[in-house]
Amino acid sequence: MMKKSRRSFLKVAGIAAVGLGAAPAMNFAASDLSGPVKSRNEDGLSAHRWGMVIDTNKITDEVVESIVEACHKAHNVPDFNHEVNEEKFPNTRPVNHKQEVKWIWEEEFHYAFPDKEDEFLAEKFHDLPFLVTCNHCKNAPCVKACPTQATFKREDGIVLMDYHRCIGCRFCMAACPYGSRNFNFRDPRPFIEETVPDFPTRSKGVVEKCNLCAERLAKGEQPHCVEASEGAIVVGDLEDPESEVRALLNEHYTIRRKQSLGTEPSVYYVM
Amino acid sequence: MLEIAIKGSKNYWLWIVLLLAVMGAGAVVYIDQFMNGLMITGMSRDVSWGFYIANFTFLVGVAAGGVMVVIPYYLHDYEKFHRITILGEFLAVAALIMCLLFIVVDLGQPTRMLNVLLYPSPKSILFYDMLVLNGYLFLNIVIGWKILEAERNQVEPPFWTKPLIYLSIPFAIGIHTVTAYLYCGLPGRGFWLTAILAPRFLASAFAAGPAFLIILCYIIKKFTKFDPGWDAMQTLSKIVCYAIIANLFFFLCEVFVVYYSNIPGHKSHIQYLLFGYHGYNALVPWMWTSLTLMATGAVFLLIPQLRSNKTLLPVTCAMIVIGAWIDKGLGMISGGFVPSPLHHVTEYAPTGPEIMITLAVYATGFLVLTILYKLATQVKEEVRG
Repeated sequence: MMKKSRRSFLKVAGIAAVGLGAAPAMNFAASDLSGPVKSRNEDGLSAHRWGMVIDTNKITDEVVESIVEACHKAHNVPDFNHEVNEEKFPNTRPVNHKQEVKWIWEEEFHYAFPDKEDEFLAEKFHDLPFLVTCNHCKNAPCVKACPTQATFKREDGIVLMDYHRCIGCRFCMAACPYGSRNFNFRDPRPFIEETVPDFPTRSKGVVEKCNLCAERLAKGEQPHCVEASEGAIVVGDLEDPESEVRALLNEHYTIRRKQSLGTEPSVYYVM
Repeated sequence: MLEIAIKGSKNYWLWIVLLLAVMGAGAVVYIDQFMNGLMITGMSRDVSWGFYIANFTFLVGVAAGGVMVVIPYYLHDYEKFHRITILGEFLAVAALIMCLLFIVVDLGQPTRMLNVLLYPSPKSILFYDMLVLNGYLFLNIVIGWKILEAERNQVEPPFWTKPLIYLSIPFAIGIHTVTAYLYCGLPGRGFWLTAILAPRFLASAFAAGPAFLIILCYIIKKFTKFDPGWDAMQTLSKIVCYAIIANLFFFLCEVFVVYYSNIPGHKSHIQYLLFGYHGYNALVPWMWTSLTLMATGAVFLLIPQLRSNKTLLPVTCAMIVIGAWIDKGLGMISGGFVPSPLHHVTEYAPTGPEIMITLAVYATGFLVLTILYKLATQVKEEVRG
């Protein structure tokens, strides 16, 4: 009896060992036959390297307002000025506005371009609102800094974030030369007026920023800022000479933020 | 050997209970931070690292400073350091434990911290910092423990401790160099973007670490029967003297470069720290206090009569430790973030809860240090007696 059970145990163990060894080989064979499964929307927009051109002549205070609102609403970005629903979120503590979250916002010229500060700057630029956001840099310092690859660069140049992998070390925030990154110092949900179900809300303790509406491009739609911009913002393929963004870059004098740092921002400003 | 730690005088237990009380109070505050996020700190969108990372940076220096007793003893056979080498190694252990705790309390999602191992990212300097900090901690625990054990049993330490000791020397330099690289490789931060940051970190470490060790020697002499030796302390104080002068010199180089070149992106930060920027000057009194303490400390150590004054030496050392702590703790991190990359000025000050958690981390470190020093001094007493 004893002997038999030992033998049967050895048999099972042996089969299990063979199985363990074979599993990866079989997986490999399987993947070899069918190829990696990639489902891509036929209607999705694609590019070799996504870029954005902002025509500063067409940006007015009203346009800025509708762009910021469209972006922040669609992405469930918390608004610290929003009055909290006490029933749903009891005992919410007062906010610290220095800890706010913003994906796209307005800056004056000398803040958007601190290295181009000029005491004799043309007056029209003084009063113009400049929209700033993530530059989706070609050489993104935040991607390099991230110790978990929670911030990563897609093949098409978009710098994206995995909110579930981020450990909240904020090294990326120190690395970003454009102040484009936000940390959720607190749970953002009490400050979202109306949660949009199409996009995830974030938890406390993770970093977030503009994602160039990757979720919309995948569906063949233009980013929210482009749609709300009344033609002031164009998004397209920087590496396609026939693209609209390249045509704009050809026709106009454009500048980028902190070009001397070598990060190669993908957001251009028509002056 | 650990059984030594559970036999102690009334004062010993009082001190342990005090540390445990601070740790407990900090733990309660930390639960709040864990539940509600880093909103309870003074950090902000513009100043995204604060007191935790600042103290982390300072303590990496204290840990690296331990090598200043290891090098003379093991590389130059400087016999007088024989009795204090173990103190340097155990100080490094306690400091590193505090460093790791500071990193953990600074994380927004501490439960995910092992992602750093699950998704190793060799392009991130934080990856290497994790490697060298843990490596140096491991080396010091093994070396310190084995050598003390051998001393207790009055045998030679195992042969393999020697290569580990030699390895710990580049690791000590490494932890502070890599920690400096965290900051000085970032393109948009003019204050940190300087090749002298790592040397400056090391100079301040080799001043603050041994200076703190001298203070600890005084405490040990007062509360135990073990005498670390006046000659060893005098040699240490000379090391502190050279290092603090180097630190001040490096800072002078920094000041010259930013003011003479007059490049705004680099100058604005030092301007903020030393004189205030656009009317914001919260750190100005701190920075001048720091510079005064370090400079006066350097003079006191330079003059032989003052250096060998037994009453003055611990005061001088305290001045240098506090000066270096302000310089590295308050100035180095805040200074890098103010003004912001867009040249906005958002000032930073730690909040009460942030300070409480910080104190609890220090209390944890001191608890480890107390226990380790208790072992070391008791063993040395036993062996002599």
